[in-house]
Amino acid sequence: MLHNLSIGELADRLSKRQISSVELTRHCLERIDRLNPALNAFITLTAERALKDAAAADARMASGEKGPLLGIPLIHKDIFCTDGVKTSCGSRMLDNFIAPYDATVVARLKAAGTVMLGKSNMDEFAMGSSNETSYYGPVKNPWDTSKVPGGSSGGSAAATAARMAPFATGTDTGGSIRQPAALTGVTGLKPTYGRVSRYGLIAFASSLDQAGVFARSAGDAAAVLQVMAGFDPRDSTSVDVPVPDYSKALGEPLKGLKIGLLREFFDGLEPRNAALIEEALNIYTGLGAETREVSLPHLPLSVPTYYVVAPAECSSNLSRFDGVRFGYRCSNPQDLMDLYKRSRGEGFGAEVKRRIMTGTYVLSAGYFDAYYLKAQKARRLITDDFRAAFEKVDLVIGPTTPTPAFDIGAKMNDPVLMYLNDIYTIGANLAGLPGVSVPCGFVDDLPMGLQLIGPHFAEATLLNAAHQYQQATDWHKHAPRGYE
Amino acid sequence: MLWLKLRELPRTFNTQAMSLTRQDVEKIAHLARLSISEQEMPVYVSSLSRIVDFVDELSRAETGDVLPMAHPLDGQHQRLRADAVTETDHHMKYQANAPAVSAGLYVVPRVIE
Repeated sequence: MLHNLSIGELADRLSKRQISSVELTRHCLERIDRLNPALNAFITLTAERALKDAAAADARMASGEKGPLLGIPLIHKDIFCTDGVKTSCGSRMLDNFIAPYDATVVARLKAAGTVMLGKSNMDEFAMGSSNETSYYGPVKNPWDTSKVPGGSSGGSAAATAARMAPFATGTDTGGSIRQPAALTGVTGLKPTYGRVSRYGLIAFASSLDQAGVFARSAGDAAAVLQVMAGFDPRDSTSVDVPVPDYSKALGEPLKGLKIGLLREFFDGLEPRNAALIEEALNIYTGLGAETREVSLPHLPLSVPTYYVVAPAECSSNLSRFDGVRFGYRCSNPQDLMDLYKRSRGEGFGAEVKRRIMTGTYVLSAGYFDAYYLKAQKARRLITDDFRAAFEKVDLVIGPTTPTPAFDIGAKMNDPVLMYLNDIYTIGANLAGLPGVSVPCGFVDDLPMGLQLIGPHFAEATLLNAAHQYQQATDWHKHAPRGYE
Repeated sequence: MLWLKLRELPRTFNTQAMSLTRQDVEKIAHLARLSISEQEMPVYVSSLSRIVDFVDELSRAETGDVLPMAHPLDGQHQRLRADAVTETDHHMKYQANAPAVSAGLYVVPRVIE
């Protein structure tokens, strides 16, 4: 069936005119129509526009144009601004917001001829690890609808796992691509900080946010990253380094590749999870890679460090939502202060308010040194640990999450318990490193993820390592029951 | 050196003591320009206290004279560009999202009597 084909296979059939983009788009829309009510993976569907864009892609192909993503449908996380289309960021605050321009990621993918099917559900302002903080209700995990899909890009992950589109965009500030990819059994790539433009991506924590992709294989992710990556003068933190040919790198043998096992990741790891990681390591040694243990002694600081740095940046970034220029405004404000306070108090949900207040506290007079400055120092220690490790190995490996998908509602009353979901993913964000999660087996019939983290701009190495693993295993080919 | 092992984290922070008072949270909410309802207040006092206790673990880290890190990539600097007009006027499009606009201006409650 069309929805199980890779992006490469679809592009091939499209270019040979065996199928049209309109047919492919209709197929995806039909699946969404039928399967989404059980999952709630979307905030906005753009079916009409999609069919128009698909027809335009077909016209481009008819005139002889070819492209790896020409005519391929996709889903954008509702954090990316899409010109003329509601962009809510999962919040009541932006429920009425029609983006007046395209994010660079959206513009690049549009220029490549992709077809946007809709905007995916997400944790409010990307703050959450379960997709339960969305104003539009939780997303359900297609493997078991009583479970969360992970977050914050839960809608993109669930939709990719449910084969509603060949790929979806996401953002990863503390694990928001890798964690939901792991919990829904898909491949999720978070590129190096600065590799993909943040322009038009609604900011949460600007020194950590990075856009990336959900796909059903590393090969597909490589094709998408090829289009997303690259310098953008509109993002002051975009990095002007050449973009390699990611798909070309996928064939390279792993012989001699040095893989580091993070001692800290295995310490206390649940035995069934540890067994899956060991099994993956055996695959890698079978492919000729060498493994050795490495240590990141400051890694246990990463969660508290993150939960100072990210809220601090969030409290600053979200000050733009003031009820004046865009977004929600309270009714009958008494004065300007009342307008600010009630618009924000009513427009933001509980977790967003909690993070804004945490950030305000750690930045406030008398606490700045003890929290924010301290966290920035700890962040350097963690980053230096990674740097030292990458002098010995080409990439490090470990689990993506401590457990498989948990029950909806299970962790909503304890923010710290929720934050600990990100324990294995946050380090890469603090150090600005690329990371990928690939399916590596099941615990309690739920998918688990293997995480690979590399040095800055090592996406080609990571994608190749993930691809070779997927050539030797078929975990990434498993579909949830009812979504095959 | 610190060291909480990863597996000990959930236990370590399981504390009932409130490190923030209601007055603290009221002050923070005011600084953040957030109205917090009477009903929500106790929830925030307890959950923010729990978060503060959790991140307080940082105080046990030996950071000495480590240079604070504000940005994940070294060597980044503010780029300059040619002093040329690159953007056109989009105010009508942008203001279409505003709650209240009059004659091209954003309307707010009166601030000067």
